Amino acid sequence: MSTIVIDNTFEDPTRRAPLVLNHDNFGSVTREICWVNESPKPPKAWYVTMGISLMLAGLLGTMILYLFATGVGVWGNQNPVMWGFPIVNFVFWVGIGHAGTLISAILFLFRQKWRTAINRFAEAMTIFAVICAATFPGIHVGRVWVVYWLFPIPNQMDMWPQFRSPLLWDVFAVNTYFTVSLLFWYVGLIPDLATLRDRANNKFKAIAYGIFSLGWRGSTRHWHRYERAYLLLAALATPLVLSVHSVVSFDFAVSQLPGWHTTIFPPYFVAGAIFGGFAMVVTLAVPARQLWGLKNFITMRHLENMNKIILLTGTIVGYAYTMEFFIAWYSGAEYEGFAFINRATGQHWWAYLIMFSCNVFAPQLFWFKRFRTSIPVMFFVVNCVNVGMWFERFVIVLSLEMDFLPSSWAYFKPTWVDLATLLGSFGLFMTLFLLFIRYLPVIAIAEIKAVMPQADPHAHHHHEHHHEPRAEVTASNEGEEATS
Amino acid sequence: MSTATPSRTAPDSGTAIKEKPAPLFGIMAEFDSPAAIMDAAHKVHAAGYKWWDTHTPFPVHGLDKAMGIKPTILPMLVFFLGLNGFLMGWALQLFTNSFSFELWALVPVQGYDFVVSGKPDISGPAFIPVIFELTILFSAVGCVFLMLLMNRLPQWYHPVFKSERFARATDDRFFVVIESRDPQFQKDRTESFLRSLNPMSVESLED
Repeated sequence: MSTIVIDNTFEDPTRRAPLVLNHDNFGSVTREICWVNESPKPPKAWYVTMGISLMLAGLLGTMILYLFATGVGVWGNQNPVMWGFPIVNFVFWVGIGHAGTLISAILFLFRQKWRTAINRFAEAMTIFAVICAATFPGIHVGRVWVVYWLFPIPNQMDMWPQFRSPLLWDVFAVNTYFTVSLLFWYVGLIPDLATLRDRANNKFKAIAYGIFSLGWRGSTRHWHRYERAYLLLAALATPLVLSVHSVVSFDFAVSQLPGWHTTIFPPYFVAGAIFGGFAMVVTLAVPARQLWGLKNFITMRHLENMNKIILLTGTIVGYAYTMEFFIAWYSGAEYEGFAFINRATGQHWWAYLIMFSCNVFAPQLFWFKRFRTSIPVMFFVVNCVNVGMWFERFVIVLSLEMDFLPSSWAYFKPTWVDLATLLGSFGLFMTLFLLFIRYLPVIAIAEIKAVMPQADPHAHHHHEHHHEPRAEVTASNEGEEATS
Repeated sequence: MSTATPSRTAPDSGTAIKEKPAPLFGIMAEFDSPAAIMDAAHKVHAAGYKWWDTHTPFPVHGLDKAMGIKPTILPMLVFFLGLNGFLMGWALQLFTNSFSFELWALVPVQGYDFVVSGKPDISGPAFIPVIFELTILFSAVGCVFLMLLMNRLPQWYHPVFKSERFARATDDRFFVVIESRDPQFQKDRTESFLRSLNPMSVESLED
């Protein structure tokens, strides 16, 4: 395998930037991607991070048990901040997931072929993030043994959920989102699981991958329906992802509270979710491509594209922060104005500052190509965004701190259980993610082959007869451009 | 690679095609590029075969048209499933939140006339999000399962899996399989027809 790295971040409209580097045949692509799963042992870093993640996941389990055994009083939630960390963490995690769907569905509809290198693990990230997200409202209900009351299940009390409540919309939105994301991910996985099945070197792997690949044999009659189904799923997932975070924002916006009851919330939440999600994709992609040598697939151009989206959505978020303030003043509503002044200068001013600087100022570095294509800089910025987006939800939820009744004003303080549960949710997320990297194809093998120039059924003839003259023409064109 | 000489492939296929009592499923030809399989698909289709298929590691653009595959009715079916979800969303919320209507399902279930936040019994706008989500849910779940059903998957056994060469159908090789149940299928003629397409190898498949 050659290790020549070509810079594919050039912006030359006359040439299509290669999306797969240093590969000119399909076989080597299969081998290189499958090596992540087929190498006898994963890299040392995998064991180390897996160990830490498992410990943190164990911490989450312990905290949940402690919570169940004791009650929600172990958290810092109190009147008037009835929703503390659980809702902050819920919105944070569900937002992370949205980048996965954006990459897999929206970029698919826009025919952005660079998505193929990152869609598989972004989708995996979606699913694991939604699992983490769903945990929080699930354990926040207080009496967990009646959590099934969330669903319209006929029961002996003739009792039904109240469908006019945004909280119930959320149940339906998040469950639909999880189901559809899982299906989307699985449909994409079927051909690649078949690849792993056909390459399996022992019976156990062959059977395990064999069962889940459903006997896929790459039949064109199958591909035909498969591609159509995939397109339909993308078309369905696109409005879904926008609706899910809109519904999450309704949890706030439909209430009658100053600082929450604003029409900007749905678009602002969706942009924020995509922003935070892309930051998480880059956070995971940078070490993953390094450790498993996937730099030929997740190229600098892919990272740069994601950084551009982070810049765009970060700027939308910055606009929303500013516009909220403007409207609070312009509306002339006294309570609205107070809520916003209080956000920025009140007792949690430091949280607002972290949010604003991490989400709005840090991504501005990405205006410069030098920073967009620098691994240390982007890693720093995306981690700022990860922190900033968590604080954004924290700031919004803490609008509850100073409500209409000054006698109940308080300073929200999380307990150690709050913090340990948040930390533990990262453990759960990373555990699932590391297992995924090791046991499932981390890059969509079939899809990435289809975006290689070799996949064009009409390219072959050119390749044989016209390759040399065409290469010369391109070379001379480039020369002209360089001189002009 | 695509211009592999027949002499290289002949000994292999010669042993594979020797007479065996097992019934013949079909004959498989192997190609090494999307262009070659496209060319072969055009020719097999032109020759008038009906029971045949191509197998590729990724969807080759335009191959389905070259094979004469009709557009699938899947989108139409998914539309009706989505419509079903839409109606289910309405029905669910009207039943559980708008009327105290009694329904006999497996067990008797009673609706409930929720009066909350001064909203009307039939709160259309408040019901929209759940209706929307159920429309998407029904369409997406139906889409995936119908796709699998129409493809007759899961199908863990298939004669092509007996071929060792076929393991590369999910890697970097492209195959044409003409089945013996095709009315035009004649073992020798079909085999020489496939050889005329300039494949890398030709192999008989047992059922």
